[in-house]
Amino acid sequence: MTNILVKFGMLAVLAVGLTACGGKFNGGGNGGNIGGIQSGSVNDPTSLAYFQQTIGDRVLFAVDQSTLSPEATGILDGQANWLLQNTQYVVTIEGHADEQGTREYNLALGARRASASRNYLVDRGVADNRIKTLTYGKERPLAICSSEECWSQNRRAVTVVGAGLGS
Amino acid sequence: MMKRILTFLTTVMMAVSLVTTLAQSAPLRIEVTKGVIEPMPFAAPMFVAENTAAQKYAADLTKVLSNDLIGTGVFREIPSAAHISNITNFNAPVQFSDWKAINAQALITGAVSVSGNKLIVKFRLFDVFAQTPLGDGLQFVATTSSWRRMSHKVADAVYSRLTGETGYFDSRVVYIAEEGPKDKRKKRLALMDYDGANVRYLTNANDIVLSPRFSPNAREVIYTSYETGAPRVFLMNVDTLKRRILGDQPSMAFAPRFSPDGSKVVMSLSQGGNSDIYVVDVDGSNKRRLTNSPAIDTAPSFSPDGSQIVFESDRSGGQQVYIMSASGGAAKRISNGSGRYGTPVWSPRGDLIAFTKLNKGRFHIGIMRTDGSREKLLTASFLDEGPTWSANGRVLMFFRETAGVNGAPSIYSVDVTGRVLRKVNTPTFGSDPAWSGLLE
Repeated sequence: MTNILVKFGMLAVLAVGLTACGGKFNGGGNGGNIGGIQSGSVNDPTSLAYFQQTIGDRVLFAVDQSTLSPEATGILDGQANWLLQNTQYVVTIEGHADEQGTREYNLALGARRASASRNYLVDRGVADNRIKTLTYGKERPLAICSSEECWSQNRRAVTVVGAGLGS
Repeated sequence: MMKRILTFLTTVMMAVSLVTTLAQSAPLRIEVTKGVIEPMPFAAPMFVAENTAAQKYAADLTKVLSNDLIGTGVFREIPSAAHISNITNFNAPVQFSDWKAINAQALITGAVSVSGNKLIVKFRLFDVFAQTPLGDGLQFVATTSSWRRMSHKVADAVYSRLTGETGYFDSRVVYIAEEGPKDKRKKRLALMDYDGANVRYLTNANDIVLSPRFSPNAREVIYTSYETGAPRVFLMNVDTLKRRILGDQPSMAFAPRFSPDGSKVVMSLSQGGNSDIYVVDVDGSNKRRLTNSPAIDTAPSFSPDGSQIVFESDRSGGQQVYIMSASGGAAKRISNGSGRYGTPVWSPRGDLIAFTKLNKGRFHIGIMRTDGSREKLLTASFLDEGPTWSANGRVLMFFRETAGVNGAPSIYSVDVTGRVLRKVNTPTFGSDPAWSGLLE
């Protein structure tokens, strides 16, 4: 079941990535062109496209939980390796919740989820000054139906790659 | 109760003699906390326009005042088509028999005049069956542009005399006006009269804004905004629209609320994934930490005397409601039922805590005593959230979000008996209402 959910998440990345936009927010963590960085080819392992689609830029959580599943740590291992090899980038991890919760609680829960991903990356050797965290609570759902099929995609922490430390 | 029964009496003579006797022993009165089944009938004939310039206000003033009373669910208006006599002179004697014949228990008469840009509104309230005025006549003077506030003030006075409670109509609500699809929602801070009139937008739709709350005098609003990229608590003056970040916020900040005297603000700060409650002076200085647990501690709300804070925490596993001293320290859990409890708000009367409850996939707005006893759920839906109290602690506003891809929030009100549920009409979707006290 969890594997299927991860695939849903990755399909969503592909679909939304086509319409990635500028603007102040990347609340959906949709990637694309961020901070002037080009996505590049998915076949180029240093590209953002590779990070987003091949490694996976997001991990999903169970209801009310911020614990990392084995699938999640697998994705984060890939993210950590990529970040250790592509040291010119910094990331913002955006934590999100589904709509089944109160606004304030979901903000706090999103912060917890972002922090769970961050802590894992730091444990894997990524410098903590390269990682910022942010919570959107339930403010930026990716999937908008009111059932578990959508909610499971929305309970996420998305690692958004940005321009490097010196840029 | 006796009066309610009496309204059904068909023998006019019996009714007259009995009610007269009763009215001498007790003033015309209706209880708003008992769950009114039969609303008290009143008549509010159009206020007399005492000069030509007043004519454009008379009908609207009367309508707004009637709508205030009807909206409580405890009053019922006898429509003007049923009136036997008209009020054409505010000072002429009232023909009580004409109002008695249509079973109006309360009669509101009024007069409006305009002098320059000033509007003068006078009114009297009568107990029809006792044939006596209830309290003195009152006169309000204000600029013509604030005519709606005059209606609300008359309605507050009438409500107060007939219920024994203070009113809540001359008040405002700050809320989040929402537009656009669910995954690209635009949010603006907005201000309106309690009945949805006079909507004014305080921010543009560029940045996410959340959970605004009024200062005690309703001149300032504290809210969460993403305008710096991360959620931070801002304080805005609603007249000048000047705003500032409240104090030093190195981390994510949200769920702000004023202390009852307006001198302090409580809020949640989230650091390293852990959210705790902090208090800060309103000038941004003197930040102190009130909770210190690895749990989610958020949604703080002061008791009306400022001595305690009710908040939610998942320190016992799921979201529950706790009370602690306003200086922090040990907290006592007060919610005990099944499900999860969030967004507690202390009643301005001090007697009750309103909350959002999540149970078996449904959301409720509920109330309980401050010791957690006498829990009562007032609403149920896919998503009801975020209660806020009326000035008199007898009505709550909240928002209700519908399910599905087109799901969207609207603002509702419900009284503490749970009988009177009403939608507050706003020009766009609306969420996160916060109700002011009575305006100065």
